[in-house]
This record gives sequence, structure tokens and C-alpha cells, in this order.
Amino acid sequence: MSGIATAGITSAELTAIRADFPILAETVNGHPLVYLDSGATSQRPRSVLDAELDYVTHRNAAVHRGAHTLAAEATEEFEGARERVAAFIGARPDELVWVSNATEGLNLVAYAIGNASLGRGGEAAKRFALRPGDEILTTELEHHANLIPWQELAARTGATLRVLPIDDEGRLRLDLLDGLLTERTRVFAFSHVSNVLGTVHPVAELAAKAHAVGALVVVDACQSIPHLPVDVKALDVDFVVFSSHKMLGPTGLGGLYGRAELLDALPPFLTGGSMITTVTLESAEFLPPPQKFEAGTQRVSQVVALGTAVDYLAAVGMDRIHAHELELGRRLVEGLQGLDGVRILGPVADVERVGLAAIDTPGIHAHDLGQYLDGLGIAVRVGHHCAQPLHRRLGTTASTRASTYLYTRPEEVDAYLEALPRAIDYFRSLA
Amino acid sequence: MSGEQQPGGELDSLYQEIIVDHVKHPRRRGLHAADELAVLDGTTYETHQLNPTCGDEVTLQLTLDGDTVTDAAWTGRGCMVSQSSASILAEQLPGLTVDEVHERVASFRESMRSRGEVPIDEELLGDAVALEGASRFIARVKCAMLAWVAAEAALAQR
Repeated sequence: MSGIATAGITSAELTAIRADFPILAETVNGHPLVYLDSGATSQRPRSVLDAELDYVTHRNAAVHRGAHTLAAEATEEFEGARERVAAFIGARPDELVWVSNATEGLNLVAYAIGNASLGRGGEAAKRFALRPGDEILTTELEHHANLIPWQELAARTGATLRVLPIDDEGRLRLDLLDGLLTERTRVFAFSHVSNVLGTVHPVAELAAKAHAVGALVVVDACQSIPHLPVDVKALDVDFVVFSSHKMLGPTGLGGLYGRAELLDALPPFLTGGSMITTVTLESAEFLPPPQKFEAGTQRVSQVVALGTAVDYLAAVGMDRIHAHELELGRRLVEGLQGLDGVRILGPVADVERVGLAAIDTPGIHAHDLGQYLDGLGIAVRVGHHCAQPLHRRLGTTASTRASTYLYTRPEEVDAYLEALPRAIDYFRSLA
Repeated sequence: MSGEQQPGGELDSLYQEIIVDHVKHPRRRGLHAADELAVLDGTTYETHQLNPTCGDEVTLQLTLDGDTVTDAAWTGRGCMVSQSSASILAEQLPGLTVDEVHERVASFRESMRSRGEVPIDEELLGDAVALEGASRFIARVKCAMLAWVAAEAALAQR
């Protein structure tokens, strides 16, 4: 199949990549699937599907316990995947904690800080303790997962939650940061890439400012780690969460990176089996990180498959994936800019964006628009994308979001751009 | 790619004329202010229902005198399915008894959850027959049910 190349990936390579993803050959409502919802969940290559099946078929066992051969192989494979995924984000293996999803990762940090605030974790954990007068800072454009855990932590500890606003366009009001980031700020939590606007935030700059006032930096990297090269050490941040199923891996798994000295000092969130050294009826001592934060049976087959997913991404190359998606994102935004009745959410000029854009179509509800597109086999996300405050700020309750990945063809972006005006005409004709 | 193609007739089955008419000319839309409520016969129960996945919302005021609905008013925002459904329901509520409201909600819910298998009882549910198409789109059932769930919630406040 001939097609359009991008700066990142040639047309022939793109054809080969797409052949690795069985689901991309599906027909939906009589049309070839045009999957523009990778920001919600990515599709998986056959190697990832096979890795999980091969593991459960041949080596399935409980990890970190049992002396039999399968248990040893399973443990080796589980920890091997941790090493590869940690290396993929520039971390050490013992700095990568497995969680159920990125949401749990953020809750882990918030609850562990809450536990420290209750005096748990001894001397070492005192640095995390929050009390009335302390402040937690987040931003107005966050996914609910990077807002509600902080609301709850503030409520439990008496700390104050502050919010860095956005302007009418959706840009972070960095001019207000110095006023909001003070010696009272103990935690600054923000996203690397907005899941609604697709805009890339200056993480290293924000982190440096936060560290200058002694605040911990927590980064939601769900929309960045799958799409661009991310080195957590180079960014110099303290905690980072990401999601397996948005980066070619299985659902039910997320990652939490924490700087080693912080994970050492932080008290655990979930407690129970597999995270202890000595247990008496009165108390317990905990294993070092990451096991300290991995209570209970782990998601072994999913971790193994995520290891294969990052192998796949690394083989293609994150720089090339990034370049491919930058071009798709430009194509998407430029196309949307020319459409009547379409308002792009978020800034367009002088801003770094990924291959993701949400639109408001005044007079036409996103859910209705999505229904029309689905009739053409075009899968987009409609709704508030777990960012109600952001949508409210931008004057709408719901939007239609298209998002790309390494397997997205420029022609698919075009198909969406061609279908949109027809959908708008359809609903206008009803009215 | 899909070129000049249009979605199939399923789309038109969803966006029927009756639905469009209720969107363009919503019946009983607009909540009563406190002074307006005071002159209605009976007691008014107000509920707000939100579809958390898409943010669609319906607020319904249901006024009952004894066992009979004497007035219904609503407001809301959202997709054509949720908003037309609220208009269709509100139009038929006044005059019904509590049991009759429950009967209609139950019948509508059964059809909506049937994936198109159980046709809507047009004799019982009137214009709601136009919402039958929504039952074939599993993602839209919640939209169609929103106002009907609001009616149940209002009755539950009694």
C-alpha cells in the first residue's frame, strides 16, 4: 500500500508497523477502522499480545516466592521487564513501582504523604508531612486523577490546595507561578502533556522552580511517555506516573517513578503480603522499594507484556515516533483551523503540541458528532475526558478529541478532517 | 479512506424527525422559580441527573397532588438524544398517576436495554417511540434514560 510519509516514519515503514497491529485491519460499521483514540487507549502489536500469551502458557507462576523453576523464571521475567521499562524512562529499576494504573500511582503518592502526615514512616518520613498552612499546587487543566487525590489529601491534612490557572486560550499562566509557588508549597503536581489540549508543558523549568522553594514535583506523564522521549533524570522531577495501556501495553498496569531517596523515605500506601521483611502481631517491617509499595499479588503477565511494548517502541525509536506524531498533529490542527463551526481547544500558535486535538462544535454536541463519525468507522473520544474544570473554563461541557500514535496514517487524519464538515452539515440540516 | 461516503441509515434511525422536533421545540423546558412553584397544586420534587461520562445533565421538577402528577418542568444540556428524551417525557407526565409513571419508565427502560430487541410500546410511550434507535447504540442508552431516571428519583423523594 502506498501512502504519505512523515518526517518520522516512511510510508513503507508505516505499512509494516500497521501490519503488526491486528486490530487496525478491522472493519467498523462497514468501514475500515480509523482509530483516532490512542490518547484514551493505544492498540497493541502482535508481539505484545504474544508475549503475554507465551508467558501464561509456559512460565506462569507467582513471583518473589516459591523455589520451583517456573517461579524463578517468572520472577526473572517480571524483574527483567521492570529493568527495560525503567531504562526506557531513564530510571533505575528500583525507582519504578508497579501500580494498577496512573490514577493509583498518583493516589499512592498522595496517600503515602497523608500517612507521613499522620506520623507514619518515622523520622525519615517527616519531610513529607503536611499540616495546616502547607500548600499543594496543581493546575486548572489537569485530568481528574491529578486533581482529586490532592483535594482529598488537602482535606485530610488541613493543607490548602492551590491551582495555577490557565488563560482564555488554555495556556498555563506561568506569569502567576512565582506568586503561587512559595515556601509554603510542599507539592507541585502537573501534567507533562495535557490530555485535552495536547500541549506540552515545560516540565524541567517548572520542576526547577518548584525545587527552588523545596516542593516535591509530581508529573502526570500519561500523554507524554508514550509519544515522546522522556528522561525522568534529565527532567529532574521527583515522581512520575504513566499508563501501560496508552503505550502499547495491557490495561490494569501503570508505573510510578520515584527518586530513590524519596521512595526510601516514603511510608507505604497499600500494605500486606509481599512487601514485608518481619511481621509480628503488633507491627511490620517493610522491604526496600519498589517492593515496599507492591503489596499483594502483582500483574505479572501485564508487566511482561509492557516490557515487550517498550522494546517495540524503542526499536522504532521514540525520536521518530515523536517526529511522526508532531507532523500528524500539525496536519490535524491545520486542517481543523480551516473548518467552519469548529473551535480548537487550547492554543495553536507558538506552542508545542503532540498529535492530539480536541474541538468544540458550537450547537452540535460532541456525543452526536461522535455518533456520526462512528458510522464511518472513525473512532474519536467524546465527552469531558476526565477534565471537567478545564472544559468549564473553556466554556463547554464536552469536546471531540482525536489523537494519533505511531501507527496512525496521515490519510486517517485526512479522513477525519473530511468527515467533520459533513457531520456538521448533517446536524445543521436537522436544525 | 472513506472519501465521500456517508454513515448508513442507522444514523437516520437515531436522529428521527420527532427527536429533531423536540430538540428544536422542547416541551416544558424551563424550571419554575420559587414563586411559580408556590401557586402550583401539590408538592414539587426536584432532581438533577448527570451522565458522568459525557457531562449531559437534566434537572426535573415534578409536581404531585396526592398520587397524580400535576406539573413537570425541566432544563438541561447535552446531546440530542438526552435532551429530546427529556422533552418527550416531560410532555407526557402531567395527568399520570405515580403508578403510571413507574409503568412507563419500566417499559421504556426494558426497551432501551434490549439492544433493539424489545420494540417501544408506542401506545404507552407515545413520541418516545422515536428513541427506539438509541437502544441499538449501547453508548447512547444512558443518554436516552437520563430524564426517565430523573423522574424515578423525583418520585423516590416522596
